Amino acid sequence: MSEALALNLLLFLPVIGGVLLLALPERRADLVRGLAMVVLLAQLALAAWLYLRFQAGVPGLQFETRLPWIPAWGVHYHIALDGLNLLLVLLTAFLGPIVVAGAFTSITKDVKLFHGMVMFIQFTMLGTFLAQDLFLFYVFWEAMLIPMFLMIGIWGGERRIYATLKFFLYTAFGSILMLAAIIYLAHTVLSADGTPSFAFADLYELGLGVQVQTLLLAAFALSFAIKVPMVPLHTWLPDAHVEAPTAGSVILAGVLLKMGTYGFLKLGFPLFPDAALLATPLIMTLAVISIIYGAGLALVQDDIKKIIAYSSVSHLGYVMLGLVTYNLLGVQGAIIQMVSHGLVAGGLFLMVGMIYERCHSRDLADYGGLAKLLPAYSVFFMILTLAAIGLPTTSGFTGEFLVLLGAFHSAWPQFEQGVSYPLVLASLAVLGIVLGALYMLRLARRLLFGEARAPVAGLRDLSLREMGILGVLVLAVFYIGLFPNDFLQKTEQAAMEYQERILAARDGEVER
Amino acid sequence: MNGLLTLLVLLPLAGFLVNGLLGRRLGPVFVNVVGVGLPLAAFGVAVWAWRILEAGGGEPLIETVFTWALVGEHVFEVSFYLDRLSAVMALIVTGVGALIHIYSIGYMKGDESYARYFAYLNLFLFFMLLLVLGRSLLVLFVGWEGVGLASYLLIGFWFQDVDKARAGRKAFITNRVGDAGFLLGMFLIFTAVGTLEMDQINEAFAGGLIPVGIATAAGILLFIGATGKSAQIPLHVWLPDAMAGPTPVSALIHAATMVTAGVYLVARMSGVYLEAPAASTLIAVIGLLTAFLAATIALVQTDIKKVLAYSTISQLGFMFLALGVGAYAVAVFHLFTHAFFKAALFLGAGSVIHALNGEQDIRRMGGLSRRIPWTSGTFLVATAAIAGLPPLAGFFSKDEILWFALASGQGGAFWLWLLGSVTAFLTALYMFRLYWLVFLGRSRMAPEVAEHVHESPWPMTSVLVVLAVFSVIAGWFALPQYLAPLLPAPDLRFDWPILHWALIVFAVLVAVAGLVAAGVLYGNGGRRAEAIERRFARLYRVLAGKYYVDEIYERLLQRPWLWISDRVFLRLGDRILLDGSLHGLAALARRGAEVLARVQTGSLHWYAWMTLLGLVAVLIWMWRYV
Repeated sequence: MSEALALNLLLFLPVIGGVLLLALPERRADLVRGLAMVVLLAQLALAAWLYLRFQAGVPGLQFETRLPWIPAWGVHYHIALDGLNLLLVLLTAFLGPIVVAGAFTSITKDVKLFHGMVMFIQFTMLGTFLAQDLFLFYVFWEAMLIPMFLMIGIWGGERRIYATLKFFLYTAFGSILMLAAIIYLAHTVLSADGTPSFAFADLYELGLGVQVQTLLLAAFALSFAIKVPMVPLHTWLPDAHVEAPTAGSVILAGVLLKMGTYGFLKLGFPLFPDAALLATPLIMTLAVISIIYGAGLALVQDDIKKIIAYSSVSHLGYVMLGLVTYNLLGVQGAIIQMVSHGLVAGGLFLMVGMIYERCHSRDLADYGGLAKLLPAYSVFFMILTLAAIGLPTTSGFTGEFLVLLGAFHSAWPQFEQGVSYPLVLASLAVLGIVLGALYMLRLARRLLFGEARAPVAGLRDLSLREMGILGVLVLAVFYIGLFPNDFLQKTEQAAMEYQERILAARDGEVER
Repeated sequence: MNGLLTLLVLLPLAGFLVNGLLGRRLGPVFVNVVGVGLPLAAFGVAVWAWRILEAGGGEPLIETVFTWALVGEHVFEVSFYLDRLSAVMALIVTGVGALIHIYSIGYMKGDESYARYFAYLNLFLFFMLLLVLGRSLLVLFVGWEGVGLASYLLIGFWFQDVDKARAGRKAFITNRVGDAGFLLGMFLIFTAVGTLEMDQINEAFAGGLIPVGIATAAGILLFIGATGKSAQIPLHVWLPDAMAGPTPVSALIHAATMVTAGVYLVARMSGVYLEAPAASTLIAVIGLLTAFLAATIALVQTDIKKVLAYSTISQLGFMFLALGVGAYAVAVFHLFTHAFFKAALFLGAGSVIHALNGEQDIRRMGGLSRRIPWTSGTFLVATAAIAGLPPLAGFFSKDEILWFALASGQGGAFWLWLLGSVTAFLTALYMFRLYWLVFLGRSRMAPEVAEHVHESPWPMTSVLVVLAVFSVIAGWFALPQYLAPLLPAPDLRFDWPILHWALIVFAVLVAVAGLVAAGVLYGNGGRRAEAIERRFARLYRVLAGKYYVDEIYERLLQRPWLWISDRVFLRLGDRILLDGSLHGLAALARRGAEVLARVQTGSLHWYAWMTLLGLVAVLIWMWRYV
C-alpha cells in the first residue's frame, strides 16, 4: 500500500466507521463500542506505520494527495504529512481508542450517537491537521466544532447549555474574522497570479506588505488564540471542561487546544512573518501572562476539573513561548510540549472522570487520602501529576526544558544588545515551574494524602480496563521523557523551515 | 570495563521497579533481598569502578549511554563521568546508602508499606547516582530533581498525617525555587559555552574566554540551586520540616547525601567559580551566616531530630564557607566526614526514638546511657566527632576549613575565621547539650515509656558501630591531597606553620570549651540553662521561633500570591472583567434586538417608508463617493 493512500485511509476511516455504526442496532451498545474500538485501533496502526515510514530530514511535504475539488476557485483536496503535523496526527490517533475505552462505562445514554460523534471529531481534527489547502483547512476547522458542541450539549453536566453557548460564541467570533482574512488572501492570490489558489505553499510566497500582514495576522491570531486559549481569551475553557463529559474533556484538552497552537505554527506566523516579528513581544508577553495567570487560577480552584483546565492555560503558554523563540530549541520544544500536554492533561481528565464515576463529585473538599483507598489509582495520578509539573524523565520535562532553553537562548543576545525585556519574560517563565508545582502538588496533597475520605464508601480500585488505558498513557509519557530524539529528528526539518521562513523576513528587514 | 557506570546506576533502579511493582505481593524477605541486596551490589560496583579509575592513574572514565536529544547542532547526551571527585561521592552514596538500607530492615520492621519504603529508598539511590555520575549539567539536573522527588515521597511517607504530607510539599516547592535558579544558570552557561558537559565547561571558563560577568551570573544562579538543595539561607526552611520522614531517610537523604548535592555542584563547577570571585565571596558569606544562625537555633530546639537538622544546615554552611574561599577539596573532605558522623547521629536518634516508642522530645528523655549502651556509645563518638575533638573525623576537616577561611588567597579573611570559630564553639555546645539531655542526668521519661526502653535489634546497632568507627577514622584519609590534582588548594595569603599549629590548638580548646559549657549548663539537671533562658527570654523566643523566617515567607510570599490569584486573577480578572464584559455584551445584544424587533411592526406602510429612506441613503452615498 502506498503511503499516500494510507494517509487518505487514515483520514476517512472514521467516516467509514461512522457509516457502519449507523447500521448497528441502538440496543447493542457492546457492538457499537467494539466497532468504534476496532476502527480507531486500525487508525492508530495506520498512523504508527506512517510515522515509521516518515523520512526525517526531507524538506517539504510527504505522502501528498492533491486533487482538484472546486476548480473554479482553485480549491484542492490536498492533504499531506510534514514535521509539523506528524506528531499531532499520531497523538490524535493515539487518543482515539483511549477516549472510546475510557467511555466504556461512563456513557450509557445514546451510545450510538456518542460514538458517531467521536468518529466525526476524529475525522475533522485529522482533516484540520492534514489539510494543505486553506479552504479545506477552514472547512475542517469549522466542522470540528459541531460534534464538540453536541458532545457537551448532550452528554454534559448541569450548566451545559451556558458552556456550549459560550464556547460557540467565542469560537464563532474568531472564525468569522479568520474567514474574512481568508477571503482577502484568496483575492490577493487571484489578482497577483491570475489563477486562484488556496494552497499553503502558494500563500507562503505572497510577500504582502507589513500593514496588510498585521491586519490579517490579527484576524487569524484571534481565532487561534481563542482555541489555545491565551489569556485573556480563555474563560470559555474552564466552563466547557467542567460541563463536558470525560470523553469531551479528553478530546478538548488532548487535541482540540492544539489546533490553536498548530494554527500559529503552520499558518499564522509563517504566512505573515513580518507581522509575526512585530507582534512577537506582545505574543511573548501574553504567553508568559498565560503561564502565570493560569497557574494562579489553578491554585484557587476546588473543582478538580477546573484545576486541570486552568493548568492547560498555563501549559499552552509554554507552547506559545516556544513558538515565538524562532529557534530550533524553542520550536521543537513547543511541538513536544503540545504532544506532552495532550497525553498528560488528557490522562488527568480521564482520571478525574474515573473518580467522578465512582463518587459523583469533583469537589476537592470531598476527598482525602485516596492513596490509602485507591493505591493503584493514586500511583497513576501521581505520575501524571509529576509529568504535569515537568519532572525530568517525563514528557513534560522534555517540552518545558527545550522551550525555556530556547527562550533564554533567543533572549540572551538581545539582552547583550541592551534589550532586556525578552530576558525578563524568559526568566519569569522559568519561575513558572515553581508555580506549576504549587498548584499540582496542592491537588495531589488534597486528593491523595491526608486522612482517607471519600463521598462513597467501599470504593474499588482501578479495573483492568482502566489500568490498561492509563498504563499506555504513562508509557508514552515516559517514552517522550526518556527518548525524545526519534520524535525530534522527524520534526526537525519542518521546524527549521518554519524558523527560516520567519527569520528570512527579519533579514530582509535588515537589508531594507 | 565498559558499561560499569551504567550498571552502577541501573542496579538501584531495578530495585525500585521490582519492589515497587511486586514487593507487596512477595513479602518482606524478598523485599530485603532486593531492596538491600542491590544497593550493596551497587557499592561493590562502585568500589570496582574506583579501582579501575585508580589503575588508570585517575584518568576519568567516560561512558556515553545514549543521545537524549539532538536539536540542530546542539547535542544532549546521557553520559557518565567518573573522576576522583565523583568516585568519592559515589562511594559515599552507595556505602552509607547500603548501611542505611540495612539499618532500615530493623527500623521499618512491621510497617504496612515496607515494600514501598524500600522502593522509594532505591529510587533515591538511582537519582543520586545519576546526580554524581552525570557528565553534563542536564543529567546532573535530572538526578537533582529526581532526588527531590524521592525526598518528597519519603518525607510524606506516612501520608495520612496531613502535616507530613505538607512538609513534603514544602520541601519540593522550596527546592523548585532553587531549581529555577539552577535552570537559568544552566541556560546561561549553555548560551555562553554551547555545551552542558561539565568537564568542557570548566575548561572553557579556565581558558579565560568567558567574560567575568557571565561567570559571576552563572555562578550565582547555580548557587541559588545549591541553596535549595543544601538548605542554605534563604532556602533552608524546608529541611527542619523534612524530619517528618522516617529517621533513616533523614540520615541518608537529609544529612549524608542529598543535601550535600549543592556542595558537590559547586565543587564540580569549580572552573566557573575560580573565574567568579564575587560569586565565591557570596557563597562564603552565605555559608558562614547559615552555619552560625543555624547553630544558634540548634541551641534551643527540643526535638532531637530538629537539633540534628539545624546541625546539618550549619555543617553544610561550613562546607560552603570552604567552597567560597576556594578550598573545594576541603569542602568535599568535610562532606565526607560529615556523612559518617551525621548518619551515625541520625541513626542513633532513630534508635532512641525506636527505644522510646516514638518519643522525640528531649525534655522527656534523660539517663538513657545505661539502658541503651550501644546507641549511647556510638552517639557519643559521633558527637565528639562533630564537635571537632581530636583525633576524630570532624576535627580534621573542620580545622582545615577554618584555616582556609583565614589564610586562603581567594577571599580568606579574619572575620570569616572568627565567626567560624564561634560557630565551632556553638556546635560543641549544642551537640553536648543534646547528649546530656538525652543520655545523661536523671530520667524525665513518662513511666510507661521508661518501662519499655530497649536496645535496638542488631541490624540497627551493627550499623551504628560501623558508622562510629568511620566517625573516628574518616579524618585520617588525606582526602584534600587525594583530590588535589583535580581541585588544587588555593594559594595562601601567608604560609606560617606556627600560626596553623596555634589555630589547631585553639580549635581544640574551642571544642573543649563547648563541651565544658554544655556540662556546666545542662549537667546539674539543667537548672543553670533554665536560668539563662529566663534571663534572656526574648532572645530565647526568637531562637526557638527560628528567627520567624517561615512566618515572614508566609506573609510576604504565600499569602500575597494566594490573594492575587483569588482576588485579582479570579474575581477581578476572570469573573468581573472578562466574563462580565462578555455577559454585558450578551445583554446589550439582547436589548438591542428587542429595540430592533419593535421596528418590525408588521405595517406595510412603515416598511415602504423605510425602504425608500434606505434607497435615498444609498443614492446619496453613491453620488458622494463613487
